[in-house]
Amino acid sequence: MLSINNLHASVQGKPILNGIDLQVNPGEVHAIMGPNGSGKSTLANVLAGRDSYEVTRGDVLYNGENLLDWSVEQRACEGIFLAFQYPVEIPGVSNIYLMKAAVNARRKYRGMPEMAAVEFLKLIREKIKVVDMKEEFLHRSVNEGFSGGEKKRNEILQMAVIEPTLAILDETDSGLDIDALKVVADGVNTLRSEDRAFIVVTHYQRLLDYIVPDFVHVLAGGRIVKSGDKDLALELEKAGYGWIEIAPVAVVADA
Amino acid sequence: MTTAVEHYVAARDALVLPGAGLDWLDQLRDAGARRFSEKGFPTLRDENWRYTNIRPILKQNFNPVAALDGSTGRAEGLSQHLLPGLRAHRFVYVDGHYMQALSDVTGLPQGVDAMPMADAVNHGLDGVKTWLGACMPEDRGGFTDLNTAYIEDGLYLHVGRGCHLEKPIEVVFISTEPGGQLIQPRNLFVLGENTRAHIIERYISLAGRSHLTNAVTELVACRASVVEHTRLQEEGADAFHVGGVFMRLDGDARVVSNNVALGSMIARTNLHVVLQEERACCDLYGVYLGNGRQHIDNFTQVDHRVPNCTSDEFYKGVLDDRARAVFHGRIIVREGAQKTDAQQQNRNLLLSGHAEVDTKPQLEIYADDVKCSHGATIGQLDDSAMFYLRSRGLDETTARGMLTYAFAADVINRISSAPVRDHLEGELGRKLFGVERLEELV
Repeated sequence: MLSINNLHASVQGKPILNGIDLQVNPGEVHAIMGPNGSGKSTLANVLAGRDSYEVTRGDVLYNGENLLDWSVEQRACEGIFLAFQYPVEIPGVSNIYLMKAAVNARRKYRGMPEMAAVEFLKLIREKIKVVDMKEEFLHRSVNEGFSGGEKKRNEILQMAVIEPTLAILDETDSGLDIDALKVVADGVNTLRSEDRAFIVVTHYQRLLDYIVPDFVHVLAGGRIVKSGDKDLALELEKAGYGWIEIAPVAVVADA
Repeated sequence: MTTAVEHYVAARDALVLPGAGLDWLDQLRDAGARRFSEKGFPTLRDENWRYTNIRPILKQNFNPVAALDGSTGRAEGLSQHLLPGLRAHRFVYVDGHYMQALSDVTGLPQGVDAMPMADAVNHGLDGVKTWLGACMPEDRGGFTDLNTAYIEDGLYLHVGRGCHLEKPIEVVFISTEPGGQLIQPRNLFVLGENTRAHIIERYISLAGRSHLTNAVTELVACRASVVEHTRLQEEGADAFHVGGVFMRLDGDARVVSNNVALGSMIARTNLHVVLQEERACCDLYGVYLGNGRQHIDNFTQVDHRVPNCTSDEFYKGVLDDRARAVFHGRIIVREGAQKTDAQQQNRNLLLSGHAEVDTKPQLEIYADDVKCSHGATIGQLDDSAMFYLRSRGLDETTARGMLTYAFAADVINRISSAPVRDHLEGELGRKLFGVERLEELV
């Protein structure tokens, strides 16, 4: 589904990603871990197409096509979803209106007719239960005045409604208490399927107790320095990230 | 060569105006003409006009339209331009003259007098005699004097004590082909004690050529009246529009003013509010949308004359292309007007690097126990919000439209009439994003 090859990217001329290689197949959940500043969020944002990030080398194939040639919205319509680390507040645009617009934008892209209002309402009422949110949140402005936890749940709600093919969660667990964390994890687990993949970016192993990954990758200095299965996350939990910073060169050689 | 001032004075002298021969009316008109002759049109040297150059308006001599072709067939052609879905007592004026065939004055409740100004002055009604020109400040400006010199038609509305109007009063001014007209509506709204009313004033033009609308509205809100005044300026891209609104609020009166400016090449409104008696309260909302090379100027002045009055002013503007806007908000708190609460906010959204806004708050406070604040912002669409919306699949135009509408809706949503709100949403979509409705963007 996704094939990242030797990806280099910089922000304001400063290199952040220094040669990422990653294969993601349908049905897989990949966790990307790593210390602060390792490039985790940059990777997530580059995949979603944020234009303040400049790709300097390498390529990304999505279902065989060159993802980097696509606009942000085309990527979304092709099934890529980014759950933001810091969801944006948009005063004056209601949550339900945005979600309806998002669903219909994708349908339009695929040449399908708009979803009828009744059908959409039914869909959203079903999905909102998954994230344990009150219906009043649908009619409030997008993320405006939401608590940190509510914003993250709202990201998961949007993901559930949009039903992406590849979902990228950028530190969705940060700032969440254990109950909210479970809600977020439930939302993801409900969506797990054979033809859908997830990239879960996280600093802590905690989330991975609830979203069990197929692969764990450790990112440091803009490269994947170690890959493994879910047990790698547990090792990191014990050992911390210190070992990476002490001997990065050896680790790279090892990988 | 005659000057513009001489042209407009001479054009007036050639007219036979309604009610001519009534002493008080002749005096009122002549005083306007005299002041206009002496002071002329405002210039950039005038502090209240320093950002708006009216010379383009003076390049052409506009002429009053003497008589109206009131044929029924014509009315049918014009009716499509009225607001759909709005149930209102409707008064329609074409090129400055009342057109009965387009109006709907049925079902006005008892105690409400509403009639064309031409009839009201012809009948020499007491209310007109008492209030016409009564709420004018000294610095009313040349355009207002010019209007007074020509007082001819418009709406006279008197809502008697205790009367509640369920439906809005809609006053529509349509200017038609071929252009070149001087249209000077004069409205007088007197809202008696304990009355309730919503008055919607709307200005539209059909001509592709320029015309000059120079309108004046006087509004008297008597004790404990609750009034909503919605002004929709939607004239054509080649029109020139100057509109004066003069309000006086008595004790416990509450006025909500919605001032919407979408149209015209050069548009200027002068909104003057006098808080005459204690506990009067006004909310002044404004929204202006400019594109192309439009110039939209909103001058507002709130005069707190007595203690314990409240004014809350909130104007928002969206400017695209090379459009330019001016917001000048003057608040005067007179000596002794203690416990005044006066707030003012002006926020602007620039969609283009070539658009421009001049915002000028002006607070003059001569009392010491008051609560006054003001603020002005000029900004662009938030990049992170744009990325967020696009990452949900919305294309750039849709995302811009959504954010822009959200910005303006903040003000538009305060208008109580749903058909007016719907209409404005449509206009915003059409004007800035070329779509019939914003919902069609997705």
